[in-house]
Amino acid sequence: MRRTVVTGVGVMAPGGTGREQFWARIVDGKPAIRRIQAFDPSPYRSQIAAECDFDPAAHGLTAREVRRMDRFVQLAVAAADEALADSGLDLAAADTDTDRIGVTLGSAVGATIRLEDEYVVASNHGADWHVDRRHVLPFMYQSLVPSSAAAELAARYRVHGPAAVVSTGCTSGIDSLGHALTVIEEGSADVMIAGASDAPISPITVTCFDAIRATTNRNDEPEQASRPFDADRAGFVLGEGSAVLLLEEYEHARARGAEIYCEITGYAARANGFHMTGLRPDGFELSEAILHAMDGSRLVPEDLGYISAHGSGTRQNDRHETAAYKRVLGETAYRVPISSIKSVVGHSLGAIGSIEMAACALVIQRGTVPPTANLTTRDPECDLDYTPLEARDADVRHALSVGSGFGGFQSAMVFSGLGEAA
Amino acid sequence: MRASRAFITGLGVVAPTGVGTTEHWENSLRGASGIAALPEPGGGGHPAPVRTAGQVSGFDADAFVDSRLAVQTDRGTWMALAAARLALDDARLTPDQEFPFDLSVVTAAGSGGNAFGQREIQALWSQGPRKVSAYQSIGWFYAASTGQISIRHQLKGACGVLVSDGAGGIDALAQAHRLIRRRTGAVLVGGTEAPLSPYALVCQSDQYGISRDPDPCTAYRPFGGAGFVPGEGGAMLMVESEERVRRRGLRVYAEIRSTAATHDGWDPAEPPPDGTQFTRAVREALRRADCTPDDIDVVFADGAGTAVGDRQEADMIRAVFGGRPVPVTVPKTMTGRLCSGGASLDLAWAALALTHRVIPPSVNLDPAAEYADLDLVLSPREAPELHTALVVARGTGGFNAAAVLRGPAGAGTDTG
Repeated sequence: MRRTVVTGVGVMAPGGTGREQFWARIVDGKPAIRRIQAFDPSPYRSQIAAECDFDPAAHGLTAREVRRMDRFVQLAVAAADEALADSGLDLAAADTDTDRIGVTLGSAVGATIRLEDEYVVASNHGADWHVDRRHVLPFMYQSLVPSSAAAELAARYRVHGPAAVVSTGCTSGIDSLGHALTVIEEGSADVMIAGASDAPISPITVTCFDAIRATTNRNDEPEQASRPFDADRAGFVLGEGSAVLLLEEYEHARARGAEIYCEITGYAARANGFHMTGLRPDGFELSEAILHAMDGSRLVPEDLGYISAHGSGTRQNDRHETAAYKRVLGETAYRVPISSIKSVVGHSLGAIGSIEMAACALVIQRGTVPPTANLTTRDPECDLDYTPLEARDADVRHALSVGSGFGGFQSAMVFSGLGEAA
Repeated sequence: MRASRAFITGLGVVAPTGVGTTEHWENSLRGASGIAALPEPGGGGHPAPVRTAGQVSGFDADAFVDSRLAVQTDRGTWMALAAARLALDDARLTPDQEFPFDLSVVTAAGSGGNAFGQREIQALWSQGPRKVSAYQSIGWFYAASTGQISIRHQLKGACGVLVSDGAGGIDALAQAHRLIRRRTGAVLVGGTEAPLSPYALVCQSDQYGISRDPDPCTAYRPFGGAGFVPGEGGAMLMVESEERVRRRGLRVYAEIRSTAATHDGWDPAEPPPDGTQFTRAVREALRRADCTPDDIDVVFADGAGTAVGDRQEADMIRAVFGGRPVPVTVPKTMTGRLCSGGASLDLAWAALALTHRVIPPSVNLDPAAEYADLDLVLSPREAPELHTALVVARGTGGFNAAAVLRGPAGAGTDTG
């Protein structure tokens, strides 16, 4: 079996762009959530979000690229640039085979900001159903079909392996890495530029979650609004961002002397076949995904040193995943440190799964478990160790991350320190 | 890879050529195109963004989607639900008698729930947030069809959604094959696209090569014309493991021998300078199928319809097949280019061709002199020795994919 390792990490998250600012922020447990600045949020039920202070020019994007790319693509490019630089992989080197380097990018909602903005202008604020093509930006096809984001990355780095966008809603970020893992394992590529990006902070996306009261309405105290596993939670907080990991076949990484963060030792996805937005309280299908992800690396519950929770901060999610952990891990579920960094960086839909996997890579490398911010009054139904408020030192050899999303998707992935695979 | 073989056991077609395999195949052999003029936009007096498109005129969504589900979903998902139902029925697969974790669905997605999304954005901006549907969060997004099919049929294995524009149908098939190798028993796979709502047409109208020709007979003529037309619809395919095919005693349409994908990695706003990566995808698919070019009996071409795309495809065919005149067909000349639905429909066409030993035609072609060396199939062609088909697809942005299918006789099961 070909093994897959992580050799580069790039993160564009709320509260500071770049991997190191992201890490400092989640370890501090200081929420990067504020009243929405991207537009006037006063007409909406939920008026807060985790926004990135992202300057595309500062990240090397040209004016032409900014004009062509929706914000979610811009964030992905910045994260991918950082991951590649971190990996030390020299794409221009004579012995780098760009036919063997591919791209997967997860995104739940793609270019919704640009699609909405252009429609609003061209339709005269929604007055016209038939809009005039002369009033929209060029390049709109690239916003209509989100595979353009994978194409942008492949083009930027002139790489020619398999490329695709993975769009399984809020598990896209895990499933994108899972797809890349499979592509490397089967031998279709040696390196995958793999991650996810979403920029959903737009009126239509805020409204669509308002309409089903999935997001919080604690608008008066943004920093305390994302409260996974807390009795006083009121829904999730929308976020944006991107993380890209450089995934590499182990021998390939070793041959070029790459520094290795960790190995992907397990991945599984299941569907709950239950409801597009609802979750069964027993967490059965999520537990099946976790079980199979752990099987991939032949882990027993005691091996897990950290669980990066989905932890969206909705009541149904927090209870659903708590039940899933108990079903898979038994009594050990009470002893594994769990946390949700969504308490700090919000829920960036398809992106967050990759951002959380980036966090897991750093947890294994640096021996610190980031906390769940705002967890002051635990939901009595959620009685595991969610690492409230304060980061902890811990020697984590295996980290599990899970995701759960609209459409019934349930995904789980395991990162392990190198040499820790059973 | 030979260790776990995957077979196409059912087809569900919802396309401009018809709803259901029988209607689709009969119309295909008659050369009955589903490309027609689009209605002129009412009111504003501005030009139509696109003049002609492949349209599924006979699609009765009510026959497949109950009214409660219909209000939660877009036309693209109605078509996906219909195609899924047809493919399951065709394979005589009853999910409620199966272990749900043994079944999966993987779709290729493209532009999402267009009409649904436009309607809700319009409601938001003209009437305010309270007028937006409670289903916007699940109606528009790219995972809607996979999620709804999974729930409706209790397909609880690893489900997926891949987006690689026109190459997506083959990438999704590749994912289905991977799942079969990893012991999923059966995977419903394919894509349907519904991109003919007004705003989606506007967003397509600036594409390189999109046709402004109002005549449905001349708007899309690969290898000699000057443009392509979009279309709606697609197909779902039932893919099952060899073990299941034997146990269930199924007839099969075809075996999936291989898939491969590459990316041009060129300027995203420009076509690539040559078809190097396209050719590499095809050669890689042949290698993985343990095939030589001489084993290929028919090519289902991408048929870009643009000067650059057509030339690169012809160059690919010449490079791979040398001087051998392999039959080349572009049946999507009857449907237009269906984005995520296109390659799935081509796979269905190839599966039918292998089963019936007939190559469906390309219609309306007027090949240019520079393509005189290609054996373009312009009318249905009986091919008693049709055993192996190559299906190729390209997507806007630089995606290339290829698949090799082997027909029921060559597939090596005794159930054909």
